[in-house]
Amino acid sequence: MTRALRQAAGAHYGWRDWLVQRVTAVVMAAYTVVVLGVALWNGGIDYPLWKALFACGAWKLATFVFMLALTWHAWVGVRDIWMDYVKPVGVRLALEVLTLLALAAYIGWTMQILWGGK
Amino acid sequence: MKFRIYRYDPEKDAKPYLQEYDVALDPHDRMLLDALMRVKAVDDTLSFRRSCREGVCGSDAMNINGKNGLACVTNLLELKEPVELRPLPGLPVIRDLIVDMSQFFKQYHSIKPYLVNDERPPEKERLQAPEDREELDGLYECILCACCSTACPSFWWNPDKFVGPAGLLAAYRFIADTRDQAVNERLDNLEDPYRLFRCHTIMNCVDVCPKGLNPTRAIGKIREIMVKRAV
Ligand code: SF4
Ligand code: SF4
Ligand code: FES
Repeated sequence: MTRALRQAAGAHYGWRDWLVQRVTAVVMAAYTVVVLGVALWNGGIDYPLWKALFACGAWKLATFVFMLALTWHAWVGVRDIWMDYVKPVGVRLALEVLTLLALAAYIGWTMQILWGGK
Repeated sequence: MKFRIYRYDPEKDAKPYLQEYDVALDPHDRMLLDALMRVKAVDDTLSFRRSCREGVCGSDAMNINGKNGLACVTNLLELKEPVELRPLPGLPVIRDLIVDMSQFFKQYHSIKPYLVNDERPPEKERLQAPEDREELDGLYECILCACCSTACPSFWWNPDKFVGPAGLLAAYRFIADTRDQAVNERLDNLEDPYRLFRCHTIMNCVDVCPKGLNPTRAIGKIREIMVKRAV
């Protein structure tokens, strides 16, 4: 029988991820409230309003920040799932890398949509 | 009273099974442990742990109709028949209702459950202000029965890395102790993504604790201190 290596516990980022999850949740909630507010104020959102909104640089930036928050939030959450359920370290690392790549692609895609032009 | 009890003797049985019992109770039998003793009188091959029979030693924790609890403080009147008894979930079964608690105690020991203070001890005792002492209420009463940790999904998935509610309650008991001098080391020890932060606030632990303790609250306080220390 092979003996398991000594267990080390010293990766000091547990609290940071936990805090990030909370802060990004607040950012997403704030954006959602603003969108709902705009919709209520104008009695719904139609295409011209949608177009006007996204013509504004500040709105684009806010949307981008929202997407960053969403992606970061998703990273912590999805990695939590891998940590809870996937035991083999190699498989877990592969899944984590795939997750990161996918999330990075989403960010790129978001930028394309927001600033890519016609 | 009717029972369905998990039986498994690794030396004889290929796999575990549920055995049915129907035993006559004495009018004085009030708690589940009393009834279990009746079953044991009928079938002495049935194995379980018990000692104090009053909720103090923590040895007769088991899964009772799907919920972890101590047999000695579980009132028979509250149980639906047939009463289904299983060993604590998530730990290796040694025999019948007896589980191997090594992993549980290993996690408990990993948080250094003792006072660390290098100053020379005073003549009588290390004094504390009454308000400081109050902070330890709801922490020191833990009897290490393991009802909580074995009800915690995070502990099921990572018993080797996640300290679990009982160990974390004990960790906070010493973090909160004004006489202890190792707060920073204690926090360092819990700062990785597994030991403390595998807790997803599911609160099964609070739901089952037979002593009415609240590990989730203690875990929240450790998080709070850790974040405050860092930002
Ligand atoms: S609150 Fe945390 S420690 Fe308690 S059962 Fe849930 S995950 Fe486990
Ligand atoms: S916190 Fe409660 S359930 Fe958990 S070990 Fe202590 S007494 Fe048992
Ligand atoms: S026998 Fe001691 S706690 Fe139940």
